[in-house]
Amino acid sequence: MRGISVSTIVGFAIILLFALTALFGPLLAPYGESEVVGDVWEPFSAQFPLGTDSLGRDVLTRLLYGASRTIGVALAAALLSFAIGMSLGFLAAVVGGWIDHALSRAIDILMAIPTLIFALVVLSVLPPSVIVLVLVIAILDSTRVFRLSRAVAMDVAVMDFVEVARLRGERLGWVITREVLPNTLPPLIAEFGLRFCFAFLFLSSLSFLGLGIQPPAADWGGMVRDNANAISFGLIVPLIPAAAIAILTIGVNLVVDWQLRRSSTARRRA
Amino acid sequence: MSLLLEISDLRIQGQSEGRDWVELVKGISLELETGEVLGLIGESGAGKSTIGLSALGYAREGCRLAAGSIRLNGEELLGAAHERLREIRGVRVAYVAQSAAAAFNPAHRLNAQVTEAAVRHGIMAAEPALAEAKRLYAKLRLPDPDRFGERYPHQVSGGQLQRAMTAMAMVARPQLIVFDEPTTALDVTTQIEVLAAIKDAIRDEGTAALYITHDLAVVAQIADRIMVLRYGELVEEGPTRQILYEPQADYTRALVNVRRVELNKEHHASGLAAAEVEGVTALYGQFVALKDISVRVEPSTTLAVVGESGSGKSTLARVITGLLPPTTGEIRLRGERLPARLKDRTKDQLRRLQLIYQMPDVALNPRQTIEEIIGRPLSFYFGRRGQERRRRVEELLDSVELPKAFARRYPSELSGGQKQRVCIARALAAEPEVIICDEVTSALDAQVADGVLRLLLRLQAETEMSYLFITHDLATVKAIADSIVVMHQGRVVEQGAKHEVLSPPHDPYTELLLSSVPEMEIGWLDRTLAGRAAKKSRGELVLDSADR
Repeated sequence: MRGISVSTIVGFAIILLFALTALFGPLLAPYGESEVVGDVWEPFSAQFPLGTDSLGRDVLTRLLYGASRTIGVALAAALLSFAIGMSLGFLAAVVGGWIDHALSRAIDILMAIPTLIFALVVLSVLPPSVIVLVLVIAILDSTRVFRLSRAVAMDVAVMDFVEVARLRGERLGWVITREVLPNTLPPLIAEFGLRFCFAFLFLSSLSFLGLGIQPPAADWGGMVRDNANAISFGLIVPLIPAAAIAILTIGVNLVVDWQLRRSSTARRRA
Repeated sequence: MSLLLEISDLRIQGQSEGRDWVELVKGISLELETGEVLGLIGESGAGKSTIGLSALGYAREGCRLAAGSIRLNGEELLGAAHERLREIRGVRVAYVAQSAAAAFNPAHRLNAQVTEAAVRHGIMAAEPALAEAKRLYAKLRLPDPDRFGERYPHQVSGGQLQRAMTAMAMVARPQLIVFDEPTTALDVTTQIEVLAAIKDAIRDEGTAALYITHDLAVVAQIADRIMVLRYGELVEEGPTRQILYEPQADYTRALVNVRRVELNKEHHASGLAAAEVEGVTALYGQFVALKDISVRVEPSTTLAVVGESGSGKSTLARVITGLLPPTTGEIRLRGERLPARLKDRTKDQLRRLQLIYQMPDVALNPRQTIEEIIGRPLSFYFGRRGQERRRRVEELLDSVELPKAFARRYPSELSGGQKQRVCIARALAAEPEVIICDEVTSALDAQVADGVLRLLLRLQAETEMSYLFITHDLATVKAIADSIVVMHQGRVVEQGAKHEVLSPPHDPYTELLLSSVPEMEIGWLDRTLAGRAAKKSRGELVLDSADR
């Protein structure tokens, strides 16, 4: 592995740490997820390593439970948005013509509405469940993925080897998955990292506004909101989940930077 | 005459992506007198452009001038301060790039760009610089010299732009101009005009020049001396006459004698044509790209379609393959009428007609191995799998003279000529009746191209395929065609058996095309232009390419 810098290793380490937390967090948690175990906003102690929150629940426990839910929803939303955005984007780029026009205009309309407001409207109408949340975030994010994958695929679709496949009589599915897709992966993987961060932050802001994951289930954005008042008392409790969000975002971005550098040098070599 | 440029034991190194420095130019020495023209010739990778740029004290990104010395009027350029180099570049040494279209800024008028160097360096005020530019336009035989420079780069033709770039280099009256393949991207009939203009201009102004090209016949018209380079080393150096008529090194001899591929076989037109195009007219929007074209490819022969850019020859390939359905006319394969659209054709019809592209780099998927690339038509058309498919891929690699081990490689690990052979193997895998070769050798060095042509001829003898060979290169046509179609502006100008088309009397356009191909003879350029002028004065019909 050439060209791996310290920052990339740090990025991978952060991602690994958070992934393990998401997988095994509930097993490591000292208390139950919504168990009231102490006083309101108790300071750090051996009993409560990160103190307690506005209802006297252990912050470390809720952080560990929140990890799997927050990361899981964001990951599912990012994956789904890529599935939707990439299939439509590739279809538009490779087929072209009126399909491209119809899809592009539809996406333009969706993008014209501010994302957060659109999400707030939809979520206040629909029942607040994890599935609805994932779907809303995924669909809104997929517009950006569509734009990128269409642009990247268009560059590849005009190459002679794609024409060779068409002249051979290959079906659309082959042309997209075998000829176009492998040549568009590096920028899309980099984009996936960024999109995951956005989905993650988006979910956190929705939770902060009360439309994301519903209490008493723990999630990081919601934890910031629950404890927001503590700021006025000079307590750092709300900053702990905020820091968790920030650290994971930075970690993912470090890895994305590396991936972007790699794909741009590969392109230059080609 | 005095010594102008003296390069001694110059070493230039290049570095690619984290690897060690590699020597690209390995100890080259040269001397250039004032007013002398030195030709640097070699194939790609010979280091000729790198040496040319070093005369400006410049190394491309990823390269460095490692050792040796470059003296201009006795002043050392290697290691000179950046400010000093800036005073020299464009003033005492100027550069003319291969692609003028890429070298001009599309947002500014030609005059502003042509006079920029002289004005910015404070050699001339804007007014006299403009007057000088107009004088040079006239000298370079550009149309309407007073107004020419008021246009934007996209408003003039490629040949005119190349001459404008020469004017840009000359406006500050440099002592030395480095010409880097200035006519390579041009059509032959344009090349001859640009070449003549450059030759007269540098002779009249007394400018010395380094003329870089891969085409010995071109450099023979303009250079006093020639240096032959290969892999960054000097192969041979001498006066033009000596290099051309008494080459010493084997490599130079090979360059002089390139294109010895010759084909001597008799064919008799028999019944059904392998492929036939009848009365085809095709449009790009409103533009008529092909007008009533009828051509016929006889079984196991080669039909060469010759023409310059914009003649419609590549459009013809698109029509035959079904990528561009014609508005009228038919395409037949062994008498069987093909549907106009690609998607209406059957798998078998697609199989019988294969296409090989000009640029092997983009015709091969960089993410597939050679085995996947050649194997796909085998499984797609014949349902071959596994071991059986692998064996056939190896056979095909063998028939295009590539080692079997290449099956596991990716295209980026192959050279240009090898990639083109893989493209040929992929076409062969479909066992076609007709292969359309679209400028298949024009992106390759002469000797590599020669090998590919030999291969195509051998395969034709073995498999009885027919070729429709699209090219702008008449030397290739002479080498491999059985019959020839000459196209010009979307129409067929002349067609027939090779010897009929290539021997007089010609259609005026064919005449212009044939006479514009540089020959490896000193004085060819002057003789040809004098011949054209004489014909014109006798009132004969001569097409003129001056305004392209």
